Amino acid sequence: MSLIKKIITWARIKSPWILHFNTGACNACDIEIIAALTPRYDLERFGVVLKGTPRHADVLVCSGPVTKQIEDRLCRIYEQMPEPKFVVAVGACACSGGVVRGCYNVASGIDKVIPVAAYIPGCPASPKAIIDGVVKLLASLEDKEAKK
Amino acid sequence: MHNSKDFKIPIGPQHPALKEPEGFSVALKGEKILGVDIRLGYNHRGIEKAAEERTYIQDIYLIERVCGICSHSHSTCFIQAVEEIAGLAVPRRALYIRTIIGELERIHSHLLWLGVAGHEIGFDTLLMYSWRDREVVMDILASITGNRVNYGMNTIGGVRRDISPEQSQEILIALDILEERTKYYIEVATQESTIIKRLSGVGILSREDVLRLDAVGPTARASGVKRDVRADDPYAAYGELEFKVITDERCDVYGRTVVRVKELMESYKIIRQALKNLPDGPIAIKAPRKIPAGEALSRYEAPRGEDVHYVRANGTEKPDRVKVRAPTLANIQAVKHMLRDRYLADMPIVIAAIDPCFSCTDRLIALKEQESATGKIISWPALHAYSLEWYKKQGIDFTALNKKLSAKGLTG
Repeated sequence: MSLIKKIITWARIKSPWILHFNTGACNACDIEIIAALTPRYDLERFGVVLKGTPRHADVLVCSGPVTKQIEDRLCRIYEQMPEPKFVVAVGACACSGGVVRGCYNVASGIDKVIPVAAYIPGCPASPKAIIDGVVKLLASLEDKEAKK
Repeated sequence: MHNSKDFKIPIGPQHPALKEPEGFSVALKGEKILGVDIRLGYNHRGIEKAAEERTYIQDIYLIERVCGICSHSHSTCFIQAVEEIAGLAVPRRALYIRTIIGELERIHSHLLWLGVAGHEIGFDTLLMYSWRDREVVMDILASITGNRVNYGMNTIGGVRRDISPEQSQEILIALDILEERTKYYIEVATQESTIIKRLSGVGILSREDVLRLDAVGPTARASGVKRDVRADDPYAAYGELEFKVITDERCDVYGRTVVRVKELMESYKIIRQALKNLPDGPIAIKAPRKIPAGEALSRYEAPRGEDVHYVRANGTEKPDRVKVRAPTLANIQAVKHMLRDRYLADMPIVIAAIDPCFSCTDRLIALKEQESATGKIISWPALHAYSLEWYKKQGIDFTALNKKLSAKGLTG
């Protein structure tokens, strides 16, 4: 691995910017994501910063079972993100549909619409679980880059 | 409606100022808002239909997930209706525990709101402070119920977990910490000049408009309307507890902030009383799996306002119909009114001031014409005419009243 590439990988892993998108969740996972960013849990110590637009984001954090209304928008947001990009599904609904699995208006899982890199289970996923998931995602990226 | 010189900008469904997917189409003239079209439905999951396909016990956990912030409100509201149909006498201890959890939830929701409101006006320090303090109440909820959100505390005929004397001691210690912090927030809200200047006179909703648009919860109480289900139609243990209904005459976002912060103090008072008077006895009674045929309407004062659930049972173990009317649905029309002729920069805080929860709100009803084979959806004027006709058949005539109201300009 060349030096430039090493530096790029290091920079990417040390400062993943996230975009939070509610794909029809009940708010429980969303407030736990925000709670993970506030003083008690402080996800920012891993360089994670919440951004407002998909064009600035490396990681798309989704919560919710993907309703029919949101499906097209989710694809569009995913396409707007620059490469390399990763999707994290937070909560039981985002992983597999949860309590609303099989309902007439939901796709039952983010992975039915876009590829997912990490699944964080829980109803809602606690901030500790979210931090664990994000850290594991970063570690796996480091491994992948090292193998190249 | 708007001429070509006016500017129309779409906000949402994904937007940094919005925490949930919802769409606003804002017509602007310069910086002034001419009108707002609100587009809901991005969060519609079909929970009401799903509830009809599950048993009552499964429904408790499903209904709890209508909203992840006021989850206890929804499940209690639903269960009260089911218990009324089944004619169950819930043990007093269970009612007290429900009240305690309900108030703890109000504390967590109001602290959450305070942080979000601070964030929307660019006062992120307040967000970080109040969310840090919110963790105190989250810890208490986790230790009593086993989960931080979506507590799973209710069951038909009572509650699932008891509060031990050690736990009630724990709650009292936490309340002392929270009370001290809340006093600080009251100081911040009433003395910090940036907050007062930013929020005063923004999002004005007069008393008449509250009554006309049927706003509920802190939004109504901040306009001087004393509307609180806990006091008006006491459920759970509220009838036996003493508390004040906080109102404010300011009618703006600042008034709503003050009402919410002061309500926190009332919640501490309620919990202290409930823990002191916690009756002995069982926490649940055995409930039948099949609920006899009947229907009931239940009301609950959620942190955001009045929550209404309607349940119709048909004698089986599954409900025939469940209808949820969340407080945000009642308040969303007021937002439209509050934003008219205001500046675009006020929009995030005005929307946040009603503490909207769109996952609660997104319900769907399609009214189809009975006789037509195609199942054409009835238009709004046709539905209005039909309702007038229906009441006329019952012997109630609204035409004269409607004329009187429209002459006064009171109908939308």
